[in-house]
Amino acid sequence: MANNHNTQAAGHAYANNHSHSGKSHGSLISYIVGFILSIVLTLIPYYLVVNHVLPTEMGYIAIAVLAVLQLLVQLIFFLHLSLAPEGRNTLLSFIFTVIVLFILVAGTLWIMYNMNVNMMEHM
Amino acid sequence: MSTQENVISAQAGIHPHAHHGHHHDHDAEATDKVVFGFWIYIMSDCILFASIFGAFAVLHNNTFGGPDAKELFSMPYVLVETFLLLTSSFTYGLAMLGTYRGAKNQVLFWLGITFLLGLGFICMEVNEFHKLILEGNGPQRSAFLSSFFTLVGTHGLHVTCGLIWMVLLMLQVGKHGIGAVTTRKLACLSLFWHFLDIVWIFVFTVVYLMGAI
Amino acid sequence: MIEHILGKLDLSAIPFDEPPAMIAGGGMVVGAIAVVILITYLRKWKWLWTEWLTSVDHKKIGIMYILVALVMLLRGFADAMLMRAQQAVSVGSAHGFLPPSHYDQIFTAHGVIMIFFMAMPIMVGLMNIVVPLQIGARDVAFPFLNSVSFWLFVVGVILVMLSLIVGEFGRTGWLAYPPLSETQFSPGVGVDYYLWSLQISGIGTLLTGVNFFVTIIKMRCPGMTLMRMPIFTWTALCTNILIIIAFPILTVTLGMLALDRYLDFHFFSNSFGGNQMLYVNLIWAWGHPEVYILVLPAFGIFSEVVSTYCQKRLFGYTTMVYATACITILSFIVWLHHFFTMGAGANVNAFFGIATMVISIPTGVKIFNWLFTMYRGRVHFTAPMYWTLGFIVTFSIGGMTGVLLAVPGADFLLHNSLFLIAHFHNVIIGGVVFGYIAGITYWFPKATGIKLNEALGKASFWCWLVGFYFAFIPLYILGFMGATRRLSHYDAATGWHPYFVIALVGALIIFAGIGFMVLQIGTSILWRKKNMDTTGDPWNGRTLEWDTASPPPFYNFAHIPHVHSVEPHWDHKQALLNAEKHPARVESKRAYEPIHMPKNTGVGVMIGIFGFFLGFALIWDIWWLVIASGLAIFASVAYRSFDYDIDYYVTVEEIEKIENEISNRKRA
Repeated sequence: MANNHNTQAAGHAYANNHSHSGKSHGSLISYIVGFILSIVLTLIPYYLVVNHVLPTEMGYIAIAVLAVLQLLVQLIFFLHLSLAPEGRNTLLSFIFTVIVLFILVAGTLWIMYNMNVNMMEHM
Repeated sequence: MSTQENVISAQAGIHPHAHHGHHHDHDAEATDKVVFGFWIYIMSDCILFASIFGAFAVLHNNTFGGPDAKELFSMPYVLVETFLLLTSSFTYGLAMLGTYRGAKNQVLFWLGITFLLGLGFICMEVNEFHKLILEGNGPQRSAFLSSFFTLVGTHGLHVTCGLIWMVLLMLQVGKHGIGAVTTRKLACLSLFWHFLDIVWIFVFTVVYLMGAI
Repeated sequence: MIEHILGKLDLSAIPFDEPPAMIAGGGMVVGAIAVVILITYLRKWKWLWTEWLTSVDHKKIGIMYILVALVMLLRGFADAMLMRAQQAVSVGSAHGFLPPSHYDQIFTAHGVIMIFFMAMPIMVGLMNIVVPLQIGARDVAFPFLNSVSFWLFVVGVILVMLSLIVGEFGRTGWLAYPPLSETQFSPGVGVDYYLWSLQISGIGTLLTGVNFFVTIIKMRCPGMTLMRMPIFTWTALCTNILIIIAFPILTVTLGMLALDRYLDFHFFSNSFGGNQMLYVNLIWAWGHPEVYILVLPAFGIFSEVVSTYCQKRLFGYTTMVYATACITILSFIVWLHHFFTMGAGANVNAFFGIATMVISIPTGVKIFNWLFTMYRGRVHFTAPMYWTLGFIVTFSIGGMTGVLLAVPGADFLLHNSLFLIAHFHNVIIGGVVFGYIAGITYWFPKATGIKLNEALGKASFWCWLVGFYFAFIPLYILGFMGATRRLSHYDAATGWHPYFVIALVGALIIFAGIGFMVLQIGTSILWRKKNMDTTGDPWNGRTLEWDTASPPPFYNFAHIPHVHSVEPHWDHKQALLNAEKHPARVESKRAYEPIHMPKNTGVGVMIGIFGFFLGFALIWDIWWLVIASGLAIFASVAYRSFDYDIDYYVTVEEIEKIENEISNRKRA
């Protein structure tokens, strides 16, 4: 894997071959679909929050889930992240980053919340 | 897979390309490296934003008697900002479609539109910051506002850098047309631009929407 | 008016009232002037500029990194000697020769310099020299960025050194915890020097991380799958992953502190809802991976050294790779062990304590791999092998005291004591420093074509080893006796004095070790005719870097190698021994082809110069200069971005000429 000497593609002109970047480059249709989905996925949580449709806790969960859906839409339709083998490094590095990101944010919140409960009770 | 082909071709002692093919070979290789390298940079930028998000999450209740998110932010205003950025992401996508077709004018047109949308976003954000500071709710007011200004401001700074970069690229596309190098650079900026869109989605959700609940 | 031009800067910035700082700073200035005069006298400026400063050749950049780092080792060690001397004499009614204000700067500078400006650059330097050669590449992925990284690192070095004579350095300890580092308690420029030297060099480190990650992923020669990479390259890969993921956290944390100090934000302040423990949390979320950023490549070096000098394939290559990967992941879930005493509950402390202990398992696996490689191997007791053996013993002891500290209950007792200091010096000197010196000795002939003197190397090793135990075992005892870190004075009734004196003796022995090192490098270069390596393979090595000449031509390999195993060079030599069965390699008979290489560029140096002005102006609040140098950096980057003429082809005639020279050298 991960070899730059892709003999099949190397002879082609740059303009018609972009598989080297590890990403395909979508079509007009996919961009339009992505755009519409991202608008919809923005409007739904906005509506939920502004009109107080859901109880507080449900609201948090709902908009968090919608944000993750929005992330997936952006990744698939705009950043063209895919499971295809030539994009494997890109995808793996992304997954690894998300894991570390989660550890960092969740760990920070856990640690700081725990300390607040322990040390700031009297306040 | 490609590795295997290479070993075989190399063992046979045949270099896969004649000399005139070298330039394309290097262009493709360079594009591969540059775009992947830029993607890795974006991964590290993810962690940068994650650290600021973490700090915001820890500090968002520390208003120190000052206003909280609910009192400060106008939701329709933020929604317009969000739409500007989402649309600019879409128009950048159209510019990229033009790039792969080699249509220089189409690229310049859509980059121009993207630039205007991004500029509109930045102007709205600067206006929001300006208003907050005038009301005495600047970053010095409380830890919550410090982290708010830092988080949103860092994103805004990234968008500004993206805009400047876009201008430089438009100049280069004007000068050199759509070649291997400009295509590669446009592809990197496209990653950057869509990435900033994603970061904004989380700013929108975590700072504004969750703040308004 | 004058404050608009010079900001906070005036003559009072020069510490005339602190003789030690003036002597050190004066010495530094005189030294710098002497170097400038020498270069001018020898008329070497043009050579220096075209061959070195503007070079984008990874081998030359690597050598420059290590050169600067060794100078900083001397500076950092001078700080250490001052501390040891102060603590040995400042007892009871005597107060030593360092006022607390200066002593505090010294321990801060010692930590910052040793980690950021000694260990990091040696690691990056070795990576620069070795990784592209080991993977059979002709360069790194982004040669220009590599040059920028180096110059940003140099900016950091210059800022730290400058703080000796213009202004002051931080007095906050090497991590500058708030609220002490906030403007309220550190109004001077010391913390600002700290912030901007680290921010600027940190950007360079991040670029290096991206650069080498892409190099290793994308530029390996045909046939080199991930599981055929040499172990040093593997550890470099993991280190770069850690750099990419951890350094942004440092950037953010220091950025927030800068916002607090410059714009009156309230991230870590005592009031307005700030939370200083957030700083501690974030800085260690970077700081713990940083430890592994330093030590993983050292593990890689030991692996190469052991396998080469035992003339044996490394025992358990696969487990070594997995252990390295495990450590990479685990290093992200242990950061709280640096602040067990912060006040988190037992559940949090227990989780991080156990995670910390778990790290010792993959590390233990590595130790056994090295031991089993030596078992029944033909061990050649060379200097790098001495360092490796010293490492295995010393590092194991340091690791065990680390597991002790990982127990939250024990940590409550030992936190912030000299026991901790002894522990991390035990792993950093025993692991990182020994490893890097072994690496420098091992690859010195590859980078320069000159072998280092063995006897002096061994003398240096014995001084370092013995000196280390004399200097730090007393610190363990002192920790148990209750001595805390960073003391500039203590009471005679504590009974600590004798131990501090022993520690000073230890430091002096290490000083002798450093002396032997300098002597070793100096004499080996001076009498290089005797120590030339003309073979390209002085140690009967096993991996690809020994396949090319010493020093390698700037394009590294005339033909890109094709590998079929973990130890291609060794296998190739074995094949040659059975020459009748195996014909000589095909590629040696193949015709050369033009080689695509990057052109040298001065833009990296320019960005460095403007970066220095930017940092200096930020420290002294010279706002016009901040804007001017910021624009200049932008202009340099834009200039580079508009330059499409950045590479060229080396002609076949030139390659033939260079390759013939190399084979003539071999025959001679």
